[in-house]
Amino acid sequence: MATELAAGLSSRDVIETTAVRPGQVPLLRVWSWLWPKLAAVALSLAVWQVVVWSGWQPDYVLPGPVPVFERLAQDLGNGNFDLGIAVTMRRALIGYAIAVVVGSVVGILVARVSVLRKAIGSAILGLQSMPSIAWFPLAILLFGLNETAIFFVVILGAAPAVAGGLLSGVDHVQPLLVRVGRVMGARGLGLYRHVILPAALPSFVGGLKQGWAFAWRSLMAGEIIGIVGHQISLGQQIQVARDFADAEQLLAIIVVIFVIGVVIDSLFGSLDRVIRRRWGLLGADA
Amino acid sequence: MSNVLQLSEKHSLSVERLSMSFPHDGRLLVALQGVTLEADRGELVCIVGASGSGKSTLLNILAGLDEPTAGRAHVHGRVALMFQEAALLPWLTASGNVELALKLRGVKGSRRAQQARELLHRVHLDGFERRLPHELSGGMRQRVALARALAQDADVLLMDEPFGALDAITRDRLHEELERIWTESGLTILFVTHNAREAVRLGDRVLVFASRPGRVAHEVKVDLPRPRSLDSPELAVIAGRITDRLKHEMSGHVDGD
Repeated sequence: MATELAAGLSSRDVIETTAVRPGQVPLLRVWSWLWPKLAAVALSLAVWQVVVWSGWQPDYVLPGPVPVFERLAQDLGNGNFDLGIAVTMRRALIGYAIAVVVGSVVGILVARVSVLRKAIGSAILGLQSMPSIAWFPLAILLFGLNETAIFFVVILGAAPAVAGGLLSGVDHVQPLLVRVGRVMGARGLGLYRHVILPAALPSFVGGLKQGWAFAWRSLMAGEIIGIVGHQISLGQQIQVARDFADAEQLLAIIVVIFVIGVVIDSLFGSLDRVIRRRWGLLGADA
Repeated sequence: MSNVLQLSEKHSLSVERLSMSFPHDGRLLVALQGVTLEADRGELVCIVGASGSGKSTLLNILAGLDEPTAGRAHVHGRVALMFQEAALLPWLTASGNVELALKLRGVKGSRRAQQARELLHRVHLDGFERRLPHELSGGMRQRVALARALAQDADVLLMDEPFGALDAITRDRLHEELERIWTESGLTILFVTHNAREAVRLGDRVLVFASRPGRVAHEVKVDLPRPRSLDSPELAVIAGRITDRLKHEMSGHVDGD
C-alpha cells in the first residue's frame, strides 16, 4: 500500500510515451511494411502466369506477365507513351483540383446555410452514388467532344465526394469542442476557422481520397469512350491497342493505370495516417 | 439606489429566480426552478447535487451558452468554463490550446507563446508545452484545461465536475493547485460536484442542489481553516451531513423539512 502510494506520487501523473516503438531498426520496419505487399504482387503474377499456362486463351489474346513487362519497359522509353501518361495526369490533376475547390465551397455552404442543406444535402449523397460517366453523353452535347467535356465528368464524379466528406466532418464535430470554442469567445467564422474545420479535417481527407478515386475512374471512362483532341492519352492508347488486338500493349497500359492509382491512393493513406495520429484517433499499436 | 449598486459590486455573480425547461420526449422537462444564489468577489462556492439536478444547465446559462426560460443570471466580468472532460482541441499542443484562448482574447501573436509558457508553468506543466493532448494523462489534460481557462483572464471560473474522472491522488493534487491559484488570483469560482467531501474540501460555502426540478435546497458555510485535508474528521462530519441531506432530497421527500 505504501509503495503503491509512493509510486503514485512520484509518477505525478506523468506518462512517457513516444510514437516510435523502441528496439526496432528502421530497415526492419520498412521490411515489415513491404513484404506483405510484395507477397501479394508475387501471388497475383503467379496466378496470372498459371492462367496463361493453362491454355485457356491463346497467347496473343492473353499474354503472360513476362512479355507484358518487357513491353512495358520498351514503352516507357517511348516518347508517345510517356506523353500519354503526362496528358492523362494533367487532366486528372486539373480536374481534381477544380473538383476539390468546388466540393469544398459547396460543402461549407451546405454546412453553414440550413436552407441549402435541406435543399441539396441529400442530393449530394445521391450524386456520390451516381456513376459520373452517365453524364458523358450530355457533356458531349453541351461542350462538344473536347477536354471540357472530360473535366465536366471528372468534376461531377469527384466534387460530391469532397463535399460529402467535409459535410460529414462538420456534422460530427464533438459538440463539446464547439462549446469550448464558444466559451473562449469564438463566434461565426472564427469558430469555423479555429474549431470546426480543423476538427472536420480527418473526414475531409477521407472525402479527398474518395474524390480522387472517383476522378480517376471518371477520367479513364471518359478517355476510353471519347477520343478527344489530337493528344494521345492513356485511355485512348488502351482503345487503340484493342483496335489493333495488341494485348501486350493493352495489359502494359492497364498496369500503368493500376500503379498510378495505387501510388496516389497510398499518398492519401499516409496523409490520413499523419492526421489521425496528430488528432489522437489512432490506437496505440496502429 | 446607491445601496443596490454597492451590493451588486460586492457580488461577482448573481442568479435570481432562474428557471429553465426544455422539451424532452414530448414532455416539458423542468431542469431548474426558481434558483437564486450569489457569489461574492473572490469567493469559492461549491454546488453539490445528484446527477441530473440541473447543475450543468446552470453553468451553461452562466457561461452564456444557453438562454434561461425565466429569471436572471448575471456575471460581472469575463467567464471561463471547465468541463469534466478536458475538451482540449486534439490537433493543438498543450501550448497551442492555451495560445488559442489567448488569441481569441486578443493577445498579440508575439506575446502568446511566452504567456502560454507562464500559464503552463502555473499548473506545473513545464516541459510539456509541445505535447499533444493524447500524449498526456487525464490529470495533465485537466491542468492544460485549467491553464486555458486562466488564459481567458476571466473574473469568474465555472467548473463542471472538473476532477470527476480522475484518480484520488491526482484529484488531491489538483485540489491543492486549484486552491493555490484561486488564492493568488482572486478569482470567483463556482465549482460543481456530486462529491460532498470535495465540496467541503474546496468551498467557502456549499449549496446543496435538489433534483427534478433543480433548485437550491440548503446552504452550508464551511469555516474550517485552509488548506483542508479530505481525510480530516471535521471535514468528514460536515460532508456526512451534506450527504444525508442529498439522500433526503433524492428519496422524494422534497417538500418536507
